[in-house]
Amino acid sequence: MVDTIMETQGLHVRFDQLHAVRGVDISIPAGSCFGLLGPNGAGKTTTIECMEGIKTPSEGRVLYRGQPLDVSFAEHAGIMFQQTALQDFVTVGETLTMFQRLYQSSVVVDELIEVCKLDEFLDREPKKLSGGQRQRLLLAIALVGEPKIVFLDEPTTGLDPQARRNLWQLVSDIKSRGVTVVMSTHYMDEAYELCDQIAIMDHGKVIAEGTPDELLRSIFSDVVMQLPLADWPAALSLEGFGAQSFGEQVQLMSKDVNESIAALLAADVPLQHLQIRKRNLEDLFIELTGRELRT
Amino acid sequence: MNFKRFYAVFVARNLEFIRDRGALAWSFIFPVFMILGFAFVFNGQKPLYTVGAMNNPAPTAMSYFALDEALIEMVVIVDEGYATRRLGRHALDLLLDTANKHYWVNPLSPEGQVLERLLQGSGAAEGWQRTEISGEALRYVDWALPGILSMNMMFAALFGIGYVIVRYRKTGMLKRMMATPVTAVEFLGAQLASRLMVMIVINIILLMGLWFAVDFRMEGSVLLLALVFILGATSLISIGLLVAARIANEELANGLLNAATWPMMMLSEVWFSMENAAPWIQSLSLALPLTHMTKAARAVMLDGAGFVDILPNLVYLTAVALVFLMLGARFFRWE
Repeated sequence: MVDTIMETQGLHVRFDQLHAVRGVDISIPAGSCFGLLGPNGAGKTTTIECMEGIKTPSEGRVLYRGQPLDVSFAEHAGIMFQQTALQDFVTVGETLTMFQRLYQSSVVVDELIEVCKLDEFLDREPKKLSGGQRQRLLLAIALVGEPKIVFLDEPTTGLDPQARRNLWQLVSDIKSRGVTVVMSTHYMDEAYELCDQIAIMDHGKVIAEGTPDELLRSIFSDVVMQLPLADWPAALSLEGFGAQSFGEQVQLMSKDVNESIAALLAADVPLQHLQIRKRNLEDLFIELTGRELRT
Repeated sequence: MNFKRFYAVFVARNLEFIRDRGALAWSFIFPVFMILGFAFVFNGQKPLYTVGAMNNPAPTAMSYFALDEALIEMVVIVDEGYATRRLGRHALDLLLDTANKHYWVNPLSPEGQVLERLLQGSGAAEGWQRTEISGEALRYVDWALPGILSMNMMFAALFGIGYVIVRYRKTGMLKRMMATPVTAVEFLGAQLASRLMVMIVINIILLMGLWFAVDFRMEGSVLLLALVFILGATSLISIGLLVAARIANEELANGLLNAATWPMMMLSEVWFSMENAAPWIQSLSLALPLTHMTKAARAVMLDGAGFVDILPNLVYLTAVALVFLMLGARFFRWE
């Protein structure tokens, strides 16, 4: 039996006029990386804040190891918020030391500095860091109390590709130490790369849940074939191939790639720019909601 | 209350303040500028002579001194001890008790001597009892200094706590702290302790510097003065904590803090005495903690007042601190 570390039961959160979270039931296996996906405003952050104990749900409950959250939960959880300003005039090293002293048990700060690669800017103020450095510091703060569960709320939003990759590596390291990771993101590639289990949220509800591959397999049995629109012969009808144009591209979904290629060759469609890819979580989201993810 | 967590926040807040050169410099420049500049330049318009009158609410100056009334201000006095202290400091030039045929004069005051001659010349005080109260003139800077120091602490307390916590809340720093095991009491306690320590250290340095610069009067116990400042600062910090308990808008905080500081600056006897103000203004003044801090500090520094003399002020400051701390802790929200 899988050991569940965190669970939400019938979670509802209402703000004045807004019903932000509408009955969310999530179960997170210990030691896994759980991703909460969805567009902006889907209710991801509110759900995650209920799990963190930062927000009190209007209805329903959050259980940690089968028990409702209590004050001791702060000793077990590490949290990285979307936006956090730290104190001015206090260096990165001093900030880490302050947070370390707030926990009964904590990691050795020097180790954390090494793991999160903070040594090059240890004497700098947090407000003078680049986006990637800043996120690494915030992650280090989340880890300083030796947490059993770490919450990362959109950890790579606004980072350049290299900084994103660096942070993904750090998250993978955390996972490999057996720490449960709960993250929200609207980057599907990030979720696919890092998460063992995902829940897709839209309009305050979980609309699909499972491992990324399970979800993709359950919804899609085809692959995406993509060609530049300029290569598509003008006389040839798109509908005849079940193809659709998206901007400068033509896409067709194929259950049998060999058959589709033979048909395209027979119609004299040049295939030197043909791309074939598996369905991804982005496609899944569009399929489930009829909307693109970042709208 | 976990001391390790309290200490961690306390140290970080101290570092933040000490390294903020602008804020640190201003903590010194503001009061020094006020005392050296304002206190010396300020030269209150006062009539040529001031006479205190006891047990007779409306004596006419003419009947005693044969002088134009515009030259003499008659001040009605209720408390003899207070009046004689003022005479000793040259704040009054002569004190009359027409009912008991008694007058007091300060032999070191030239104005007092002129008035005494006029009184004798008019023949109105023949056979009156004469009492001398000796004392050096009190400079305005001596009188104003306890109030200016108190006012400086008021700004440091209210803005240094209120504004900073609102900023922490707005930037997400409080939310970050909320996600750690630190409790609100530990966090706010550390803010209070850090600010209090900073204010006390700054005041010690200021007083040492001003001792050489203006040689101010210090009649009472330094430790008692320290107690006045600690209790006064705590009560003002606690007001700052209440202001900052919930709001996350710096403009609103600024407005509220100004609304709290301006009446205190004007009505707490920092710049001028309230003894001739309308009774309702005097009552309002007495409700303000800064009034009690200023009065107590002034009593210790100028009159050498002891613990018992200023006990009512200390009790009031303690009560304000306790009530506002409890309200501040009760209403505090991290987010």
